[in-house]
Amino acid sequence: MPFEGIGAAVRRKEDVRFLSGRGNYTDDINRPGQLHAYVRRSDRPHAKIDRIDTAAAAKAPGVVAIYTGADMAADNIGGLPCGWQIHNKDGSPMKEPPHPVIALDKVRHVGDPVAVVIAETKQAAKDAAEQIVIDYQDLPASASLRDAIAPGAALVHDDAPGNLCYDWHIGDKAVVDAAFAGAAKVVKLDLTNNRLIPNAMEPRAAVGEFDGHSGDYTLYTTSQNPHVIRLLMGAFVLHIPESKLRVVAPDVGGGFGSKIYHYAEEAIVTWAAGKVRRPVKWTAERSESFMSDAHGRDHDTTAEMALDADGNFLALRVSTLANMGAYLSTFAPCIPTYLYATLLAGVYKMPVIYCEVKAVFTNTVPVDAYRGAGRPEATYLLERLVDACAYDTKTDRVAIRRKNFIPADAFPYQTPVALQYDSGNYQATLDACLKAVDHAGFEARRSAAAAQGKLRGIGISTYIEACGIAPSAVVGSLGARAGLYEVANIRVHPTGSVTVFTGTHSHGQGHETTLAQLVCEQLGVPMDQVDVVHGDTAKIPFGMGTYGSRSLAVGGSAMVKAMDKVIAKGKKIAAHLMEASVDDIEFKNGTFSVAGTDKSKTLTDISLAAYVPHNYPIEELEPGLDETAFYDPKNFTFPAGCHIAEVEIDKDTGIVEVVNFVAVDDVGRVINPMIVEGQVQGGVAQGIGQALLEHGVYDKSGQLLSGSMMDYTMPRADDLPNITVGTEVTLCTHNPLGVKGCGEVGAIGSPPAIINAIIDAMKEYGVRHVDMPATPGKIWSIIQGAAPRMAAE
Amino acid sequence: MPQVTLTVNGKQHTVEVEGRTLLVELLREKLGLTGTHVGCDTSQCGACVVHVDGVSAKSCTMLALQADGTSVLTIEGLAAADGTLHPMQEMFREHHALQCGFCTPGMVMAAVDLVNAHPEGMTEKQIRQGLEGNLCRCTGYHNIVKAIAAAWPLMHNKAAAAE
Repeated sequence: MPFEGIGAAVRRKEDVRFLSGRGNYTDDINRPGQLHAYVRRSDRPHAKIDRIDTAAAAKAPGVVAIYTGADMAADNIGGLPCGWQIHNKDGSPMKEPPHPVIALDKVRHVGDPVAVVIAETKQAAKDAAEQIVIDYQDLPASASLRDAIAPGAALVHDDAPGNLCYDWHIGDKAVVDAAFAGAAKVVKLDLTNNRLIPNAMEPRAAVGEFDGHSGDYTLYTTSQNPHVIRLLMGAFVLHIPESKLRVVAPDVGGGFGSKIYHYAEEAIVTWAAGKVRRPVKWTAERSESFMSDAHGRDHDTTAEMALDADGNFLALRVSTLANMGAYLSTFAPCIPTYLYATLLAGVYKMPVIYCEVKAVFTNTVPVDAYRGAGRPEATYLLERLVDACAYDTKTDRVAIRRKNFIPADAFPYQTPVALQYDSGNYQATLDACLKAVDHAGFEARRSAAAAQGKLRGIGISTYIEACGIAPSAVVGSLGARAGLYEVANIRVHPTGSVTVFTGTHSHGQGHETTLAQLVCEQLGVPMDQVDVVHGDTAKIPFGMGTYGSRSLAVGGSAMVKAMDKVIAKGKKIAAHLMEASVDDIEFKNGTFSVAGTDKSKTLTDISLAAYVPHNYPIEELEPGLDETAFYDPKNFTFPAGCHIAEVEIDKDTGIVEVVNFVAVDDVGRVINPMIVEGQVQGGVAQGIGQALLEHGVYDKSGQLLSGSMMDYTMPRADDLPNITVGTEVTLCTHNPLGVKGCGEVGAIGSPPAIINAIIDAMKEYGVRHVDMPATPGKIWSIIQGAAPRMAAE
Repeated sequence: MPQVTLTVNGKQHTVEVEGRTLLVELLREKLGLTGTHVGCDTSQCGACVVHVDGVSAKSCTMLALQADGTSVLTIEGLAAADGTLHPMQEMFREHHALQCGFCTPGMVMAAVDLVNAHPEGMTEKQIRQGLEGNLCRCTGYHNIVKAIAAAWPLMHNKAAAAE
């Protein structure tokens, strides 16, 4: 048997299915008698709904039903719930305005659902939806952060004065202010973190079904966490007990956070299926995705660093405006607070930190977690600020980082912003990355580029993130309305094959392979005898899903715990069969043996005995070999590393080309290096997208200008470089696998590396900062603006 | 309703369609070939790429009626009859060129056509430019480019030259 355990670059089990067109995505599912839903959405950013006339539409061919918000209200359907409550500086709770599934009296963003048509075909539903007449009374809109907090700004919600959702802070302001007052040098930077639109390649879709015999509902949906959807939709929206509601998230074509949340359409198709007593399917068109999938980022920040005369960091002071959009998406409030400000120490000895965050409602699509979620915003701020410190104090960018790094022997390390890092070695990842990129040879490459008329620059980012979320009691104390443990059920079948039922969900991460490798390693069962089942609440005991790079650190740990139980029970059965003491039974490579003898039984012998218990300790032991474990993590995990980018800028066009990118990450123990490399590369691609190309843009009136793939720049193959990935390993100290998580590091570490490289490339122009995305127009304008001044000097 | 007759993966079908029905809708909804995906509504993403008479085409941008009399190859028909993967499929698997799998059918079909069209060989840059009609959000393209480069010698029977 080839080595397939921990550390093997096993080719993925799921690939043949996907490569042959045999994936089973939600839109591929068709149920007998199925109808189709089309959602008529607001084309207004902010308006009062005076009248909805569905009479003509109801007579259109193929139409079965048309529902509005009033119909849902009449059925006592609740609003979409928010899963996290933040408290203000004064201890009062955040504003949490209602979020109707279908708009009631007002629409608050372009894309807000106003009515839904259920018809025999999708085309019929769409045709009829166009015949719905809606009388709007347009209201002034608050489309941007700055507009929304201006005095007299239009209110998105009447009960949220100043459009303020919350005004939160962390740290001791007085202490930090005192540190600034005594500092030798203060470096300040204003920056934005550009709004992103996730654009997983699979548009969201949902199929609702109602069984009139049993009264059971089934929802097939494009979700990263079907159990969470079952809980939220069942308990808060449709009032269906969990026992009567099954949620299936089959193959899901990418998520990146955008498929965590409970969306209106999931509730609509499930509720409507019960109303019309036929299955109802909805699939987003991409333009609907742009105006209804939760967006990401969108921060406006002022950051200041206090330094002593030797360049040691003394204090960090940060003030951030964070866009929530028009309604609170499921986890929105925790992103710019506990997933952001708690990461502001970065990889540095930062004695004190103060951060205040105002979360603001705007007439835009709700904003929630997108790959990295809060941590990219913290990393971008900090790594840009560190470069600005080097710039302002004329210090080497590598040296200032080394000087301030948390040393490798300082772990566990308590930061001033709540987190305790368990392990890491930031010098090691920096050294490895500098070597891999040939940092020493950079100036020669810069000169060679200059000879070709190009501006070449190099940028470094040394980042940390917190993932493997999260200890339930900790997040509960911070406002989470859920626990964040994970669940695994390991079923050893009578003939020795194994099914893993995991509460995590794979939507590109390759769990069917990586999780099978864990079984291979611990139980000695070959990969082809292991199946991984995820995404179905009817099969899996429970689970919190996949986000925050938690699947291995939390879900994998639950599997280890369940497999420990399998082995413990197996030892008792083996002891009985081999007439030995349990204490003398050893388990290794799939075999139970009696220590010091040649007596042994395979796992298959034991599982067969467990299910055919003719010769079995039946008085003491239940039959079967099927164990479940819940695992609640003890801490977050802390992947960290170094990303270095080299860019070349064409002075005539302003086009920035990333000519080299190296990432060296410490993600803890690596189970499948091939998959880790792919995860990092994909994350880096999204980070380069953020830094150079992507921007969710609204005009002043609240219209989404970047509302299609023709207007929103998705990174294409010829926009990106080859991405070299290396790993350095320090083990996580508090989970049994030593793993930290790799799904988000690419998107977290890379954006500041790109911008830092651009600033370096443009240093002759006296540029200290440029906001993302660094588009050709922006760069060209800077070069043009700077050119005359340089000529005059 | 008008009828369209076409061959899909070697099998002839005659199907009634609306005038506005797209080729991808015919494939997915009438023939149940759900391997071909729809990822956008502006002809940007390429998840729907199939071969029409041997050349790659975005099936979301072609009316079903335009495919009358043609021979269409979808991802379901790419592997050999005995299930042996096409070299492009095999290289995608070998080089981890897919993650969520949603863009994969279109990406593979586009890549097959790209390699077929370049018997003289391709630089990495040409491969990247050749993929301009296909979006992937998961991989960063690095491994897709590698897979296509590795499939080229296999498809042009130049395995030895590739060493």
